[in-house]
Amino acid sequence: MPILNIKKFSFTYPGVDYPSLKNINLPIRRNKITALIGPSGCGKSTLLRSMNRIHDLYPGNKYEGKIEFTDDANNSSNILDIKKENEFIELRQKIGMIFQKPTPFPMSIFDNVAYGLKIAGIKNKTELADRVETALKGSALWSEVHDRLGKSAMGLSGGQQQRLCIARAVAVKPEVLLFDEPTSALDPISTGAIEELIVELKKDVSIAIVTHNMQQASRISDYTAFMYLGDLVEYDKTENIFLNPKEKQTEDYITGRFG
Amino acid sequence: MRLIVNKIFLVLSVFSALIGLAFLAWILTTLFIKGLNSFHFALFLNDLVEGGLRNLIVGQMILAGLASLIGIPLGMAAGIYIQEYGRGKYADTIRDLSDIMMSAPSIVIGAFVYALVVVPTGGTSGFAGAIALAIMMLPVVINTTDNMLALVPRELREAGIALGASKYKVIVDIVIKAAKVGIMTGILLAFARIIGETAPLLFTSETSNYFSLDLTESFPSLTVSIYDLANEPEESSRDLAWAASFILTVLVLIINLSGRFITRNKK
Repeated sequence: MPILNIKKFSFTYPGVDYPSLKNINLPIRRNKITALIGPSGCGKSTLLRSMNRIHDLYPGNKYEGKIEFTDDANNSSNILDIKKENEFIELRQKIGMIFQKPTPFPMSIFDNVAYGLKIAGIKNKTELADRVETALKGSALWSEVHDRLGKSAMGLSGGQQQRLCIARAVAVKPEVLLFDEPTSALDPISTGAIEELIVELKKDVSIAIVTHNMQQASRISDYTAFMYLGDLVEYDKTENIFLNPKEKQTEDYITGRFG
Repeated sequence: MRLIVNKIFLVLSVFSALIGLAFLAWILTTLFIKGLNSFHFALFLNDLVEGGLRNLIVGQMILAGLASLIGIPLGMAAGIYIQEYGRGKYADTIRDLSDIMMSAPSIVIGAFVYALVVVPTGGTSGFAGAIALAIMMLPVVINTTDNMLALVPRELREAGIALGASKYKVIVDIVIKAAKVGIMTGILLAFARIIGETAPLLFTSETSNYFSLDLTESFPSLTVSIYDLANEPEESSRDLAWAASFILTVLVLIINLSGRFITRNKK
C-alpha cells in the first residue's frame, strides 16, 4: 500500500479556465524516493504542493479526484477532503516540505528546529532539547552548530541553512517529506551533502522530490515520474525510466532533446 | 561637445545642491546660535509660568506617547490586514485612503478632531490632541508595515504553514520578526513626524502654562507654545521660543538619527 496514492487528480489555479494538472494517477511509495521530473511548467511543483495542500494559502484553487494518505498507523483518508484548521495542522505535521530557497526563520538555530515541535504542543524543555539534538544529528548539522545553537540561523551558509530546514522538518517526525527542488540554489558540495542526507532519510520517511536535475533524479530516486504539460507521461522504477523509457516523450526529455 | 554639456550639467547640479544645503545650514546655525544663547539648564526645571519649559517638554512627550499608544497598534493592525489578509478592492481602497491621508494637511486633521472630539466634549483636551497626533501617525505606520511585510519572501510564510503553524502564528512568530527592523524604523519616523507637529494641536489640546497630567483639560505643548511665544511682543518670550525650537530640533534629530542607526546596524 503506497503511503500516498494520487487518483484521477486534476488541479486548476484560480482565474484560469483550464486545469494545470490533468487526471494524474501516481503512487508515492513507503520508504522510497519518488522523483518528479519534467520541463518547466509541466506541473511537477503544482502536484507536489497539492500533497500537503500548501496551495490553500491562496484561495480559489480547484481540486478534483483523490489523494489517499495511508499513514503508518494504517488510517486512510483523502487529503483533498480536509477543511478544518486542526486537520490541516495534523496533515502538515505528517507531511513536511522543504523549499527551493532555504527558509530559515529569523530566530536562533535552536528555535528554528524547535518551532514545529512547539506547534505540536511539546513544552517540556528537556524533551525539546533532545528532539532538537536528534534532528540536527539526523541532518548532519550537529557537529557544525552544536556550540552556537543560540545564534541566529541567518548566519549559516546556504547549504547549512537548507540542512537546518530539513532538520526542522524532520524534528516533528513526519511520515512523508516533500522536497521542491531543494538543491537548485546550492553549490555542488552542498548539493552532494543534501543528496546523501535525502537518501539517508528514506529509512524513516517516504520522500517525493521535484528536481530539474536529471542526474540528481537518477542518483537518488527509486521511482521516477515524468510529467509534461500537466500530464503524467510515464512512471516507473528509476532505472527503467532512464535506461528503457516506454514513451517517446520521456526518451526525448532524458536524452536532452527538449526541455 | 558632449563633454562640455556634461560639465555644464555637473556644475549646475552641484551649484543647486549647494544652494539647498546653504539654506539648510543657515536655518540650523541661526537656530543653534539663537537657541543656545537663550538656552539654560534651568529651562528643564521650571514651568512656563516661571519662565521655563519643563511642563511643555513633558506635555509634548505625553501627547506624542499617548498618540503612539493609539496610532502604532492601530496602524500595524491595518498594515498587517492589507498585506496579509485583505484581498482585492477592499484592501486596495484602504491602501489608497492611507496614501491620501499621508498627504492630508495637518491643519485639516486638527479641524477634523476639533469637530469630532473638542466640540462634543465641550472643550480642548490632552486626549483630543493625542487623537489628532495619532491620526497623523496612522498612514506612516500603515504604509511602512504594509511595505515591510511585502518584502518578506513568500517562501518564508509557506515554510511556516508547511510546519503546521496557523496563519496567525506565522504572521506573529515569523513574518513580523523578519520585518521588525523596517517596521521599527517606520514607527520612529512616524514618532519624529508627530513630535514636531503644531497644527493638529492648535485647537485640540491648545497649550497650558502650568504643569499638568490631566488629559481632560488643555494640555501643555511645546510646539503650540513656540507658536504663542513667538507672537509675543516681549524679547524674553521670543528668546524662550528660540530655546524651545532648539530643544525640539535636537529631539527630532536624535529620533531620526537613531532610526537610521537601527536600520544600518541590523540589516
